[in-house]
Amino acid sequence: MNILKSLQRRTPLGWLQLRHDRGRLIVALAGIAFADVLMFMQLGFQNALYDSNTRVDRAMLADIILVSPKALNLQNLSTFSRRRLLQAMDIPGVQTADALYINSITWKNPQTRLTATVQILGFSPERPAFKLPEVNQQLDKIKLPNVVLFDRGARGKYAEVITQVEQGKPVTAEVERKTLTIGGLFSLGASFGADASLMASDQTFLRLFPRREAASISLGLIRLKSSANPQQVAAALKSHLPGDVRVLTAQEFVQFEENYWKTASPVGFIFGMGTAMAFVVGVVIVYQVLSTDVNAHIKEYATFKAMGYNNGYLLGVVFEEAVILAVLGFIPGVSLPIVLYQFAAKATALPIFMTLSRVVVVLMLTLVMCMLSGAIATRKLQSADPADMF
Amino acid sequence: MNQVALTENPQATKTTAVIEVQNLDHYFGHGSLRKQVLFDISLSINAGEIIIMTGPSGSGKTTLLTLAGGLRSAQSGSLKILGQELCGASANQLTQARRQHGYIFQAHNLHSSLTALQNVRMGLELHPDLSVAEMHERSQAMLEDVGLGDRLNYYPDDLSGGQKQRVAIARALVSAPKIVLADEPTAALDKKSGRDVVELMQKLAKEQGCTILMVTHDNRILDIADRIVYMEDGRLADEQINRL
Repeated sequence: MNILKSLQRRTPLGWLQLRHDRGRLIVALAGIAFADVLMFMQLGFQNALYDSNTRVDRAMLADIILVSPKALNLQNLSTFSRRRLLQAMDIPGVQTADALYINSITWKNPQTRLTATVQILGFSPERPAFKLPEVNQQLDKIKLPNVVLFDRGARGKYAEVITQVEQGKPVTAEVERKTLTIGGLFSLGASFGADASLMASDQTFLRLFPRREAASISLGLIRLKSSANPQQVAAALKSHLPGDVRVLTAQEFVQFEENYWKTASPVGFIFGMGTAMAFVVGVVIVYQVLSTDVNAHIKEYATFKAMGYNNGYLLGVVFEEAVILAVLGFIPGVSLPIVLYQFAAKATALPIFMTLSRVVVVLMLTLVMCMLSGAIATRKLQSADPADMF
Repeated sequence: MNQVALTENPQATKTTAVIEVQNLDHYFGHGSLRKQVLFDISLSINAGEIIIMTGPSGSGKTTLLTLAGGLRSAQSGSLKILGQELCGASANQLTQARRQHGYIFQAHNLHSSLTALQNVRMGLELHPDLSVAEMHERSQAMLEDVGLGDRLNYYPDDLSGGQKQRVAIARALVSAPKIVLADEPTAALDKKSGRDVVELMQKLAKEQGCTILMVTHDNRILDIADRIVYMEDGRLADEQINRL
């Protein structure tokens, strides 16, 4: 109550000082906005990386997923024996257990005739394997040999292919000296690991990889009866199945994938570093502005000291300026990235968008950034000696 | 700590002395560079007096003024301001002591981002018993007293030198201080505005009953003083009584 009262009495010196020198204020705000935009872009790309790389994982229609203990990520899954699926069926609560085959393959882009790497996902078309209605409606198409579905959100020059397929004209593509027919489309989106995905029947998949045995599967998709508790069934599966297979709930599987990109790949570090650099740039810019401001007002500050204002008051003025700069600079700093995100999402086919949590994080970072700069700038206040005023 | 000098001073006890200096020495620098700038200063200033301190440059006038104002801490001897011993006072005590004075500087030292009214208000904000409305009212009345009632919301850059110095006087006097310390307040002003400024100070000081200690080289304004103190080489010369 007392603090509120004294705040109300206080002349908002920091704000008046900033407002008086418009040019300096605009430069300061531009600097802070610049640092904010950099941080938003780095964090946006980082999140897009995690989101895009778990897109396939999240689309899987399964409560529990079996995976080889040697698996690293979706592109390096290794394999395990199909027999584990049959054994899993022994556990009460398990409704179905299906195999999913995943591999990368080099194909010729039907539009440009250039080679490109795509990820191909093979599963039994008898039952849906993904939470993608478009795929599930076109299961009949992939029952035909060498017919696949193609990802509309693929990265690369596929626009003509997509329009042709949309018009009902199947497109053929050459893969490993075999001809594949793109019979339909679905929407998933590219990731850092794979530019495009193809959905195929397990038979088509195995035909493309003649050396791969049907009994060596990449993932096991286990669906549970509606009454079953996933945690309990997962625990039961862990004790029932031998050690050559890992049991993960759907959520754990997504975390497993995300964890790989966060820790084992350098990408998380790179974007974290980028964010830190942007933060440092912001500190330097705000420090420059605040210390110039303190220098410009050193005589006035010394006068205030002579009048009986203490150091704490002057520190308050510098921090007031720091907070005002942080808040005002954040406004353009958060608006611009929203536009840039849309631009980047179009250019990279990655899921880059603004999230509330990121807004909060960057706002906090901006405040810390400005306070830190303010704290360094207050060292200059020591040179405001009222004895020099006479 | 410092011992308060207990020597009887019949002159000081007659009327209330607001500034009482006894055997004050002051040194600048350390070690071999240590140089004494004030020698055995004794001076007593009574409430309501206007004292002008003159003397050549480097004689120590300004040093004595900063010591009396609590802008420097006194080293040896005794320096009592309004009964409070400032010799050996802590930084915090000095800050508190400064709040009881008004300062007028050679340069106006107004804050360029604040209007005349806001600048004057800064002189009141340190006194917590006033409400926002009261502060506003008193600042405005003070500016009217110095003849700037029509310039309340002007920034210092838009005021003339004399007007700026008048705002500075308003700032120094708005809190009705017991003591006003001024260092060459007319140095940057022409003859007419200089004269106006000191007469204004004199008038307001008499109204509020405050004591003025002023350092100046400007012999055009010596006549407003009740007493003139001459300082040379860090020593006070014989006091010249100059009552008008």
